[in-house]
Amino acid sequence: MVQDAELVKRLKKMAAFIRRDSIQMSLKAGCGHVGPGLSWTDICTVLFFHQLRIDPKNPDWLNRDRFILSKGHGCLPLYSALARKGFFPMEKLDTFCQLDSCLGGHPDCLAVPGVEISTGSLGHGLPIAIGMAIAAKSDNKKYRVITVMGDGELQEGTVWEAAMAAAHYRLDNLTGIIDCNKLEIDGPVKEVMNIEPLKDKWKSFGWYVEEMDGNDIEDILSTLERVFGYKEEKPRIIIAHTIKGKGVSFMENQVVWHYKAPDNDEARQAIREIDLALTKLK
Amino acid sequence: MSEKSTSMRDVFRETVLELAEKNPDIFVLTADVGVSFGFPTMKERIPKQTVETGIAEQNMVGIATGLAHSGKIPFVFAHAFVLSMRALEQIRTDVCYSNANVKFVGYCGGVAGGVLGNTHHALEDIGILKSLPNMSIIVPADGKEMGKAVRAAVEHKGPVYMRIGRSNEPIIYQNDYNFEMGKAVTLREGKDISLIATGLVVSEALKAADELAEEGIDARVINIHTIKPLDRETVIRAAEETRGIVTVEEHNLWGGLGESVATVIAEEKCVPVKRIGIPDTFVVIGAHPEILERYGITASNIADKAREIVS
Repeated sequence: MVQDAELVKRLKKMAAFIRRDSIQMSLKAGCGHVGPGLSWTDICTVLFFHQLRIDPKNPDWLNRDRFILSKGHGCLPLYSALARKGFFPMEKLDTFCQLDSCLGGHPDCLAVPGVEISTGSLGHGLPIAIGMAIAAKSDNKKYRVITVMGDGELQEGTVWEAAMAAAHYRLDNLTGIIDCNKLEIDGPVKEVMNIEPLKDKWKSFGWYVEEMDGNDIEDILSTLERVFGYKEEKPRIIIAHTIKGKGVSFMENQVVWHYKAPDNDEARQAIREIDLALTKLK
Repeated sequence: MSEKSTSMRDVFRETVLELAEKNPDIFVLTADVGVSFGFPTMKERIPKQTVETGIAEQNMVGIATGLAHSGKIPFVFAHAFVLSMRALEQIRTDVCYSNANVKFVGYCGGVAGGVLGNTHHALEDIGILKSLPNMSIIVPADGKEMGKAVRAAVEHKGPVYMRIGRSNEPIIYQNDYNFEMGKAVTLREGKDISLIATGLVVSEALKAADELAEEGIDARVINIHTIKPLDRETVIRAAEETRGIVTVEEHNLWGGLGESVATVIAEEKCVPVKRIGIPDTFVVIGAHPEILERYGITASNIADKAREIVS
């Protein structure tokens, strides 16, 4: 698919800004799930700055697309994207995990404009997304429901209860994206509790399945176009192959960065790398 | 299931159907226990407002949350034990944390499951759920009260848990009365002792009051249908105007109505309090009334406890 080169460049830049915000937020807070944030940053960028029909001036707009970050711990890029989109002032990002901040370690929908539902406990997003998708059909509304899950999250049984139900109710307005960064707290997903063969599992549950490189803006753009254009009455799932800690060399594929804040030197080094990537885009 | 059934589950079905036929935002969800309360009828009459999830209660509560966040008023029907325990984290994190407008109906509350045994009893549901912020808890005393509770739950914005029996609960209210969430109903005035009960065992408290009256003991009977938020004023007034309180419930003595009442009494106005309920144990096999009898959730035991305080 031929893509608008300017769009791709704009999105790549935005992804770099979001990565920089994430590093700065976690540095200031002294905490944060940096690795699992960086892994889905490119997906987050394409969703919030290209695909999602949302309105920061009217966060409760009835026809908005519903986005649920089921892997709520990956909230650093979500907060950055919402602020950069205009849902709340950028200065708020400096309050991440400070006393009384609206921006906690997992997103709270009553506190943060643009956050659809409070998440953080894994395996909850997909069932809630089904409820929203059923409501859309009941109201004859065209909005789409999209949820991003972690790959380790698929070890939760509720994901598969929901996988059955979404196919049973033929929810073609529901799209799941799995951020497959291949690592969870206790180690590689395949060693902790193997979830493969993932593609076959979702297919056999009755879903339309796509795979993509979840850190490649062009691939994310074209895959989402295909998935949202798919016509059959099936829920859709995208297996997104990603790298935990993507964009910062010493964090990539390192499980230690699942929940760890950079110190000053590490943050400086991370931002230098991100800025270098930005320079190459110009 | 006759149209005139006074069973809480049948009243629930009829009331919610009546409301849902007028309000397309009302949904009913169930997880393969629908036949017991007439879900097939619902599917026929409000097909677009029913969701069957199969045997998957956690998923059901998640779906209800998504519906509620889309402006719907979902009623989730399941056995009380599985709702309050298996789906507890969804109730707490999905529903209560975001104050989602989900209504729960816990079927076979207490030991109404009878010979089905401990797996199917719920003697912990109230204690567990009352510790969740934003949650309101109603335990209706009979079918008429259940109908009023369902209507009140629709009007109330936020999560509500309603605990019902299995079927054929005793009738408490012969006439219409004013029901307000969070406001206890004084069924009988009295100045010597207060019997404070909840759920279908309110009937035993009324019988106990009759028994006591024959001995010249004037017992007040208070039905606390809303355990949370608790009507503290009515409890305090009972402590001020009578010589003590006996609480009666179909729940573990830890965590239930008696604990809530005793807390208010300890904080506000100390009078003797005796609690009747299930002691901290799994119960014997038996029919529902036999189990209640075994653990002293009976009019005669209530009267005995009242006499101990008054004498």
